[in-house]
Amino acid sequence: MSSAQIEIQIIACLVAVACAIPGTFLVLRKMAMISDAISHSILPGIVIGFFLTEDLNSPWLILLAAMTGVITVVLVEFIQKTGLVKEDTAIGLVFPTLFSIGVILIAKNANDVHLDVDVVFLGELAYAPSYRFLINGMDLGPKSLWVIGTILLVTLLLLITFFKELKISTFDKQLAATLGFSPVVVHYGLMSIASVTTVGAFDAVGAILVVALMIAPAAIAYLLTNDLKKMLVIAVFSGIASALTGYWIAHYLDASIAGSIATVLGVLFLLVYLFAPKKGLISVLFRQKRQQMEVYLLTFLLHLQNHTEESERHLNHLSEHINWGKIRSKTVLDLALKNNMIIIENNIISLTEKGQGFTEKAIDYITTNSTVAIEKMKEDFFLFRG
Amino acid sequence: MEKKYAITVDDLTVAYNYKPVLWDIDLAIPEGVLMAIVGPNGAGKSTLIKSILGIIKPIAGSVKIFGKPYKKQHQEVAYVPQKGSVDWDFPTTALDVVMMGTYGSLGWIKRPGQKEKKAALEALEKVGMLSFKSRQISQLSGGQQQRIFLARALVQNASIYLMDEPFQGVDATTEKAIINILKELRKAGKTLIVVHHDLQTVPEYFDWVTFLNVKKIATGPVKDIFNDGNLTKTYGINYKVSVQE
Amino acid sequence: MGITEYIDLLFTDYTLQTVTLGTAVLGALCGMLGSFAVLRKQSLLGDAISHAALPGIAIAFLITETKNSNALLIGALISGLIGAFWIRGIVKNTHLKSDTALGLILSLFFGFGMLLLTFIQKMPNANQAGLNKYLFGQAATLVSSDVWTMCFIAGLSLLVLLVFWKEFKLLLFDADYAKSLGFNIKFLDVLITFFIVLCIVIGLQAVGVVLMSAMLLAPAAAARQWTNSLGVMVLLAAIFGSFSGVLGTAISASSSNLSTGPVIVLIAAVFVLFSFVFSPKRGLLFREIRYWNNRNDLQLHKTLAFMYNIAKTHKNKEHPHTVKILNNFQGFTKKSLQKLEDREYIKVNKSMWSLTEKGFDKASNLYNQLENNE
Repeated sequence: MSSAQIEIQIIACLVAVACAIPGTFLVLRKMAMISDAISHSILPGIVIGFFLTEDLNSPWLILLAAMTGVITVVLVEFIQKTGLVKEDTAIGLVFPTLFSIGVILIAKNANDVHLDVDVVFLGELAYAPSYRFLINGMDLGPKSLWVIGTILLVTLLLLITFFKELKISTFDKQLAATLGFSPVVVHYGLMSIASVTTVGAFDAVGAILVVALMIAPAAIAYLLTNDLKKMLVIAVFSGIASALTGYWIAHYLDASIAGSIATVLGVLFLLVYLFAPKKGLISVLFRQKRQQMEVYLLTFLLHLQNHTEESERHLNHLSEHINWGKIRSKTVLDLALKNNMIIIENNIISLTEKGQGFTEKAIDYITTNSTVAIEKMKEDFFLFRG
Repeated sequence: MEKKYAITVDDLTVAYNYKPVLWDIDLAIPEGVLMAIVGPNGAGKSTLIKSILGIIKPIAGSVKIFGKPYKKQHQEVAYVPQKGSVDWDFPTTALDVVMMGTYGSLGWIKRPGQKEKKAALEALEKVGMLSFKSRQISQLSGGQQQRIFLARALVQNASIYLMDEPFQGVDATTEKAIINILKELRKAGKTLIVVHHDLQTVPEYFDWVTFLNVKKIATGPVKDIFNDGNLTKTYGINYKVSVQE
Repeated sequence: MGITEYIDLLFTDYTLQTVTLGTAVLGALCGMLGSFAVLRKQSLLGDAISHAALPGIAIAFLITETKNSNALLIGALISGLIGAFWIRGIVKNTHLKSDTALGLILSLFFGFGMLLLTFIQKMPNANQAGLNKYLFGQAATLVSSDVWTMCFIAGLSLLVLLVFWKEFKLLLFDADYAKSLGFNIKFLDVLITFFIVLCIVIGLQAVGVVLMSAMLLAPAAAARQWTNSLGVMVLLAAIFGSFSGVLGTAISASSSNLSTGPVIVLIAAVFVLFSFVFSPKRGLLFREIRYWNNRNDLQLHKTLAFMYNIAKTHKNKEHPHTVKILNNFQGFTKKSLQKLEDREYIKVNKSMWSLTEKGFDKASNLYNQLENNE
């Protein structure tokens, strides 16, 4: 491994971590698309900043561009407040417009500006090590390493200092307001960090892949845990893992590193989406099927309890009146029998004592706790699984 | 002859996310009643209406309209959804919304013509909204929006009316106007089922009532079953407080 | 290239005619279907779908090894639809919210597409240059067969919209009610979604992946401000879309190095801005003016009510009073008296004022209204 390769990988990892932290909060606050908006609308800021400083890694350029990001958020909120269009439309109108201004600025000044839209948009990590940070002729490493490193450091400091405030204002805005820290300050603070990070990361990975690095690790973590701290840790590590794997795949294919990182993130997300232990698709479908069966059983038992008359409890009645097909009726019946909830005599079904008790408790639970899921009660009661 | 039922609900169970919201409901609603459905929040009142209309698929049980499944009978039924269920900033006028009531009998593709427009204008007049026919719907007051919804149902010229909280957020005049129209409809032999919140007005407005709280508590004529016993069963011990409000 | 030169060319140059027709049709199509996307609150879905189409284009190119736009279009369509349905799947089956699902599909599909594009660019058979136009759009690359495809799809969409107009309107406004009337809303939903995806996909070549969603939203958002009728809104959106398309193409064709997408989007944005500010009914400017008028009216009414209370005490309601009495009441000025006189509510005679018949009636009406409201 050459030193350039090592440097690229370090930069990629730092970018991944710097994106994953604000990304986690954006996802939790249902503002993921804001990161998409910011990543586009910083372009005019970058271009104007570049006119002034002629250095893509200048801190002034980064601040200027980040301000465009925050302005985007303000603009979107302003348009939403006018009520002229629905919520999402405001986002969809603001960022393409700002982005277009950026693209046209570049095109109009193509002779003066050595900025390529493709690079801004797609980034090229491979060139990152060739821009060195020199002080008195001493080589201190690639510039973007310093830029993203500084941003990450600031993000981490803010995260640790304001963790409590961030947490409370994310999960309970009202509580946050009553406790005295303004949700507005936290909101714009987070928006500023997201903007700065996007600007700092764009020339390494490009605007759209910043979005991938912000949202995907957070989404992966979201499917794996409910705990905020664990979520942050998982997001950071899945970001790093994808950055490294992505780098080597790109190296092997001789293709875009950023694209490759996003693809690895995509595969990782797909795997988690399918196989996550509690929130993954397979587990969700499996649980739904089981819950469906349980509800069928409850329905059936309740029906028996409701109707003392024999005609309503006749075996044939099941499929006729309850409107169930043969297979479903049979499965439900078998399940009830297996759990000793019912007995069948002369094709007439009756509840056993256990079935009676269970049904009463279930009704009571549902009518009194109508907002709480029945899951817990079933765990207390049910011995069967499927 | 056996008594004719407008709606029969048989062993109906409905669940959202596999949590039952309606349990094993049996209900036979005679033709020609003006019925209130009452019950606490989350009792499944709207769900019951939506299941009757086939908007929500039940996990068990069946619903019959005049003895046949809803799909074959949708022209017999008019629906007044909750006012909050639609976007009132939608670009359309009061008359246009009322015209939607004719779409069901028109069926697919066919456009409403003069006949439908005339029916819509008549319905608007009946609810006292004729002068607002070209008004954009967002510029109507809550009571006026509710009247528009009622007019839309009237246009359907159905025999059964299902209404989800038609008195919610309306002024006193509108409430009176609506109840008068409902009573008129009942006189004309229509069946009306109304999700209702204000317990105090039940005896005055309705002749039939169903108490609902996930399970059916009771159903029958108001004068027979609208009593403390059933109210307590439906609302729990707190019911008296809610009556006093 | 100047305006006159451009117009001359428009009548003589076949390529320019083709391109102009193409963007005009595309703009109209986007405006039409965009109105539906906006009213269904699916504004950002377009953004996600257009990004999700990129890997489809790359894969179609890898398979067919040609730049035949129809083959690429089918690739884009398939991958866009997969993206759209995966978004639904994520929202339905996990606790992730729709914004996260949109952002995920958008960025991950796009990233994968980029991986493929850079991979293609480095392939030995260098037939690949030109796929980049799908990023920001290059209307100049439209050929007549592309434009025919657009016309065909636009015609088909128009036909479907006209045939199912009443059903779509009902679906957009009140889906539950539509279902209660016996309409199959699932079918309608799939139909409209399919056409929106199709529209996005055929616009990619001219407007590009990145900005396609704005092309869908902006004309509709502008049109919404001018009308309260769905039909007029769709028509206006189509016109705005066409104009943005044609003007955008003209500007980008007359200067070098400008992609069409950003120019079209900026022009559409100007339409939006203008509509937001100057639309007579909803616009911010007139809203502000109305607000001030109401405030002034309120002030006048207050003055009038004060006068009414004084005049009421006299048998002759038109009995004159001195202006001085009004000093107890802070809210009057010479100007407001003048205004009241202009409306013939009062008569002013030097330092005396008196209510007119009309003014008295008006004031008593206002007074009763106030009483009733309390």
